[in-house]
Amino acid sequence: MAAGAPDGASSKSDIYAGNGPRLMLPVWVFIGLFLLLPVALMGVYSFLTKEFRGGVIWDFTLTAYDQFFLDRGLFGDDPAKIEWTYIGIFWRSIWQAGMATIMCLLIGFPTAWFIATRDAKTRSIWLFLITIPYWVNLLIRTVSMKFLIRDTGPLNEFLMWSGVINEPLGLINTNFAVQLGLFYSYLPFMVLPIYAAVERYDFSLSEAAADLYANVWTILRLVILPVVKPGIIAGCILVFVPSLGAFLAPDLLGGAKTFMIGSLIEEQFKGNAGNWPFGAAASMILLSIVMAVLLIYARSQTKGDK
Amino acid sequence: MASKKYLLKAPKNDLRRLPGFTTVTLLCLFILYAPLMVVAIYSFNASTSITNWGGWSLAWYGDVFFGPEAAKFQQAAINSLIIAVCAAFAATIIATAAAVAMNRTGAFRGKTSGFMLINLPLMVPEVVTAVASLVFFSTIGFTTGLGTILLAHIVFCIPFAYLPISARMQSVPDLYEQAAMDLYATPLEAFKLVLLPIMMPGLMSGFLLAFIISLDDFLITNFVKGAGIETLPTAVFGSVKQGIKPNIMAISTLMLGVSVVFVSLSWLIGRAGQSQQETK
Amino acid sequence: MTSSDIAIDIDNVVKRYGAFTALHGVSMQIHANEFFTLLGPSGCGKTTLLRSIAGFEDVNEGAIRLYGNDIAPLPPHKRPINTVFQQYALFPHMTVTENVMFGLRRSGWSRIEAATRADDVLKLVQLSNFADRKPAQLSGGQQQRVALARALAPRPKVLLLDEPLSALDLKLRQAVRVELKQIQRETGIAFIFVTHDQEEALTMSDRIAVMSSGHVQQIGTPREIYETPINRFVADFIGETNLLNVTVQSVSEGTAQVILPSGHPFSCPAATVNSDGTGHLSVRPERIELCPAGGGDLDVKVESQVYLGTDIQLHTRVADGEKMIVRLQNAQSTILPEIDTVVGLKIEAGAARLLAD
Ligand SMILES: Nc1ncnc2c1ncn2[C@@H]1O[C@H](COP(=O)(O)OP(=O)(O)OP(=O)(O)O)[C@@H](O)[C@H]1O
Ligand SMILES: [Mg+2]
Repeated sequence: MAAGAPDGASSKSDIYAGNGPRLMLPVWVFIGLFLLLPVALMGVYSFLTKEFRGGVIWDFTLTAYDQFFLDRGLFGDDPAKIEWTYIGIFWRSIWQAGMATIMCLLIGFPTAWFIATRDAKTRSIWLFLITIPYWVNLLIRTVSMKFLIRDTGPLNEFLMWSGVINEPLGLINTNFAVQLGLFYSYLPFMVLPIYAAVERYDFSLSEAAADLYANVWTILRLVILPVVKPGIIAGCILVFVPSLGAFLAPDLLGGAKTFMIGSLIEEQFKGNAGNWPFGAAASMILLSIVMAVLLIYARSQTKGDK
Repeated sequence: MASKKYLLKAPKNDLRRLPGFTTVTLLCLFILYAPLMVVAIYSFNASTSITNWGGWSLAWYGDVFFGPEAAKFQQAAINSLIIAVCAAFAATIIATAAAVAMNRTGAFRGKTSGFMLINLPLMVPEVVTAVASLVFFSTIGFTTGLGTILLAHIVFCIPFAYLPISARMQSVPDLYEQAAMDLYATPLEAFKLVLLPIMMPGLMSGFLLAFIISLDDFLITNFVKGAGIETLPTAVFGSVKQGIKPNIMAISTLMLGVSVVFVSLSWLIGRAGQSQQETK
Repeated sequence: MTSSDIAIDIDNVVKRYGAFTALHGVSMQIHANEFFTLLGPSGCGKTTLLRSIAGFEDVNEGAIRLYGNDIAPLPPHKRPINTVFQQYALFPHMTVTENVMFGLRRSGWSRIEAATRADDVLKLVQLSNFADRKPAQLSGGQQQRVALARALAPRPKVLLLDEPLSALDLKLRQAVRVELKQIQRETGIAFIFVTHDQEEALTMSDRIAVMSSGHVQQIGTPREIYETPINRFVADFIGETNLLNVTVQSVSEGTAQVILPSGHPFSCPAATVNSDGTGHLSVRPERIELCPAGGGDLDVKVESQVYLGTDIQLHTRVADGEKMIVRLQNAQSTILPEIDTVVGLKIEAGAARLLAD
């Protein structure tokens, strides 16, 4: 997820030495002031009291987190039990993102492999073909998917016309539709890192193994998997993390039963719920999960380097 | 028969040709393109129903440009373009300065934290960025509108602009700037007259990437846009919420076309840059 | 010699990279109009010294003076010194003319003057026909000449050339050598030329500084360096030489009495001697004559012959196991001894030299 190493061995240049802090100032102003600070402020908001119809009252309280985790009954005076609603939504989001990641892996790995083993010229064309849809507006893609798989959409029409099915598949508003949408949104994130790993792989190594009468699957497991594992892990993270907080796919392709974190949070600010502290608390919890995933990943990376 | 020689020496267990992988790749491409193709085709539907095919027609494109909602979508498109151009421009400048700091100024305090900061927008989930921005703007009392959208867009465009720019800068040895300084150019002149032109392809890719990313954004824009102001994605979303209408498909197809043109452009620029480097 | 005659005065310069010292107190003076060569094995600090002169490295100790003025406070772009880089570093986005005009425009020439000057310099390096090409459209030798033209155009006080010929093939290199030397004479600018090719150094230079691992070993004219090397390193690095272990009996007024491994006494010019009374006698292979066994200064056994075209090399061994190489002209009259026979060697008296380590 990092945009290039800070100082690769090849770029130890110091032509403009002494100007570093000055040149980084705009980054500090923009990202520091308009992202880092807001995220911190959002953390503060999660401990404030809600005002009806949006906004907050500056009274510190744990109500938002209490509401998230604990059920105190309709009037708030029952003994506290664990509130499963929101944990359930988070759990479903994790599950949906996980399923989407697996789908991406199942399709993305063979694709990345196939592309990486073409010769250099055709390779860049294949790669280009795979990445184009990613650059098409995400909303447009999601709407297109919705259009295609609707009960009265072209997919069902075609299948019924050809006699494969008698009634619509009923894909829309299911968990699977959401997974499909997430898969469609983030597939290139899986293909590209795996592609990069496979491309670096020296196939003469596996040819040596093939000479030793290993069969394809043995070679795949013993020789190649270790090589492409970093690419697979990176791909899984790149798909899983944005899927977890996704909004468009669950909102447009799913229904009430497929409610995910993104929609839960959105509803607190734009929708009917209008509970800003609660939305901020849910955002903080989502952010914590994502940071934990990234941290574990970063740890494993630095350990792997040694 | 280009592969004749290859056939002769292809080993029995060739890992470059694993069984089924070609099929999966084609399936993958099919899944990626089928929804877009279907929408593109149906945007030329003459029928007013989105379900039935009524023959070919440009009616819905006419509707997009001259229909009852034309003004709304045009304003939204203009807003989107203004924001994308400005955000991409600002992000490119900021990212270029950051790339110089990261690649050309040696070690300094705050380098690592600055690098993490550049990547922060990639790590924070979009919905969280959206919430944080809304909360921030409402706290400091910024009126939400084009200005807040632009600020938010600049922030998340920076890492995308930084990616190709920094990569390009790393691949250009500092020898050229040294030669420039040896020939009486000040460091600033060396940067302006030598480094910048040499890494122009990187700057262009950075700009285009940021531009597309800005055009693409729905969620953050939706949080910080304020009432009455729409960008193309938020306008389309609002419309889709009331059901997919054929004019949406025409708009989608137009946006699709624009994206494809831009991506192809940035791909070609990237290629040109590469070959320029190779012949050097 | 007045100070105005010394273009660059390098005074006890020390350069460290962290714990590693790249230059250990280097001193040398380069005269105006001089073709001065830095010669030494890879990693000895030649580039470091050039970069210090150009201003890309700050020195830790010592001073570099340009016509008497310390240039330490000047950044590279304020030093009237230009460099021809090893990889040429031509600006790929500019034409040949634009490349040549770059330094002129930056140092305050008007566009018209700069264009005229660029024309002249391109004429000098015989590239007038290529003025509008981009560097990528030129051959290696042409690029090298553009780099030279670009560096010469602003009339620098000193021109630094860091192995500018190393990217060229042998034929082209030999041609460009002649051209380069001629241009230096015509322009009258002090050239500091870096190479690790000793033949290049010997043929082009007015003076050579031989360096090894950050130290200057010897500074002198090509002839001095070749014929009177000051120590074993220089003798070994420049050209081919035989180094015989000898016992020193006495040294007086630059002449030494030594005992050869054969027990034969021998007198020769001396540079320095080890205090323990041993030394190395450096004998160039072409300064040895064959004679019947017992008739010369020492006897050797012939081990092999190597055919070199104009010359033939005899590889021989002295009784105590040291190798001696003898170079004979490949002429009809030369009689080659059979392998495994013992022959005598007569060392030309003035040509051998006693050296320390
Ligand atoms: N930036 C640096 N940091 C650390 N050590 C350096 C640096 N630059 C050069 N050195 C070291 O200083 C020594 C001298 O390097 P220099 O480049 O001057 O050698 P050179 O004589 O030009 O060799 P060559 O003939 O290979 O070009 C080398 O051992 C090199 O490793
Ligand atoms: Mg060097």
